[in-house]
Order: sequence, then C-alpha cells, then structure tokens
Amino acid sequence: MPITLTQIFLATFLLFALSRVFLRLKSSELSLFGFIFWSGIFGLAMVVVLFPGLTSNIAKMLGIGRGADVIVYISVTLLFYLVFRLYIFIEDLRHDITEIVRKIALKNMNKKDDKKSS
Amino acid sequence: MKMLIGIPAYNEEKLISQVIRSLPKKLKGVENIDVLVVDDGSTDKTAQKAKEEGTKVLRHILNRGLGGALKTIFAYAKSQDYDLLVTFDADGQHHPSDVVKMIKPLIKDKKDVVIGSRWKLSKNIPLSRLIVNKLANVITYLIFSVWSSDSQSGLRAFNKRAIKLIELQSDGMEVSSEFFRETYRNSLNFQEVPIVVKYTSYSQNKGQRLTNAPSVLFHLFMRLLR
Repeated sequence: MPITLTQIFLATFLLFALSRVFLRLKSSELSLFGFIFWSGIFGLAMVVVLFPGLTSNIAKMLGIGRGADVIVYISVTLLFYLVFRLYIFIEDLRHDITEIVRKIALKNMNKKDDKKSS
Repeated sequence: MKMLIGIPAYNEEKLISQVIRSLPKKLKGVENIDVLVVDDGSTDKTAQKAKEEGTKVLRHILNRGLGGALKTIFAYAKSQDYDLLVTFDADGQHHPSDVVKMIKPLIKDKKDVVIGSRWKLSKNIPLSRLIVNKLANVITYLIFSVWSSDSQSGLRAFNKRAIKLIELQSDGMEVSSEFFRETYRNSLNFQEVPIVVKYTSYSQNKGQRLTNAPSVLFHLFMRLLR
C-alpha cells in the first residue's frame, strides 16, 4: 500500500517527538520510566500512522463500528504531549519562584545578623 | 553536636508560641539546640510571635507550600553545618518529648533518617486521616520503593549525612513522600519510631486532608514522568 502525504507528515512529527523524548532523557530531565512511557505513546502512534489497517482490526476486536479515527487518536496524543510540555514548564517556573523566595528569606536573615553584630 | 529544630509554619499564630515554648532546651549528647521557624508567607502574626519567643525566623515573601518551607529548613541546616535536624509541625500535634526518641537512633544506632510513626501508639485517629495515610503509604511504596507505616508524618529527624544528601524537589504536600525517594536514592539508613499524636480540631484542619489527595497523587505521578 503506497504511503500517503498525511502519513509522511504525521510520521515526521512523531519522529521529532521521539527525538525530543530521547534528548530529555540524555539531559536527565526525563526519568527512565518517563522515557519508556513517552516512547511507548509515540512509538504506538507511529505504528498506527504507518499501518492504519491495524486500527480497523483493533476496532473490530473492541467492537467499535467506525473503524480507525486515526486523526482523532493522533490529535489526542498531540494534545497530551503539549499538556505534558506545559506542565513541565509551569512546574519549572514554580520551582524557580520557590528558589527566589528562599534566597530572599536567607538573605534577609543574614542582613539582620550583620546589623546585630555591627 | 549542634541540633536544629525546623518548624514550617503557615498562619499558625494561635499555637506557634506554645509549640516553641514546649520544645526541649537541653538534650543529652547535644550541646546546642536552635529552633528555626520558616514562616511560609503567612498573612497573620506567625513570624512576629515566633520572633517574640527568641527563635530564628526565616520569612517567605510568598506562600510556597510545605515542600518549599522544608527546602528552606534544609538549606539553612546545610549552610550552618548542623549535625542533627528535626522537623516539627507547627499545629501542636506532636509531643515535644518525642524529639528525644527521634534523635536517639541517630546518635546511638548511627541511623541517617528517623520518621515518627503516629499510628503505632495513637488511639482515636479520625477515619479520614487513617484512609489518607494508608493510601499515601501504598502510593509512596509503589512510586519510591520504601515502605513506611506513616509516610506523611511531619516529625522527622536527620543526621549530618542525610542533611547533606537530601535534595527535595516538591513544593507542595507531596514532599512528605519525597523524603522516601531521597532515602532510597541516597541509600540512607532509615528507622521508624512510634510517637504520640494529639489530634485536635485545629490540627485536623491543617496538613494532609482527603480533599488534598487527588492533587498530591497527580503531582507524584507527573514527577515520575519527568
């Protein structure tokens, strides 16, 4: 079966996503468990994109009559990935704020100690 | 040997003075005991009341959560080179005499981390607290591979090695479980000690509640995926 333009586009995106997962593992921003989880998600999406017939078989097995709504599945995966990225971004911001708050607290205490001793 | 008792506090003006006054001033084998209150952005007079008791006070300009306050306690203990650190809740639920029990295994048995377990001795524990804690213990074990009978206890003790090695990440309530990840990651010797807990309606409104559970669980899970 010839590969369509949509399949090439989606497969390219998934390869990009997989490369990001790998790079995050390399830079220790992602744990091994996280790497396995996200590689599994994107790897599975890749299989579905390259072999869309599989989804019909799975749909039949699960008793879903409409076959493979590949676009919907991939959209959900994409959204999941974006939410994950956003979550990490917000968490990093929260940690940075806490770090600043702590440094100010310690600095203020040192200032008071200096005043007392002078 | 010098010891720091660290109290994370958020809007605790009602009990903070009483809690500080009740803490032991002298202990066998410890020359110097300091008390540090980390006021986590309280909107009441917590910091002022703690200062009036003569303790060291570090004030967060914004509320960062229990984890944020505990991280500040650890940062201070590291910077001041303390030999022992005890974390003590500000809501009056802990018995001050339990501090002695907590540091004994650190000094005598060379343990690195001691957790005060509230369930071994305490009676009349509210059902909602019991459910939250049992659930938290199972989740802590599944995620961090260390079993504790009270993973959410606020009464903990650490020796110098543990103070140096423990690197907390969480800002919120999930930090209580994170201590076990750090214990496992750094191969620290860990022991539980039975402690007494005083449950009052005041202390029940503070700390881990059933309504906090989904948020704590979500944060712990997302931390795994990072």
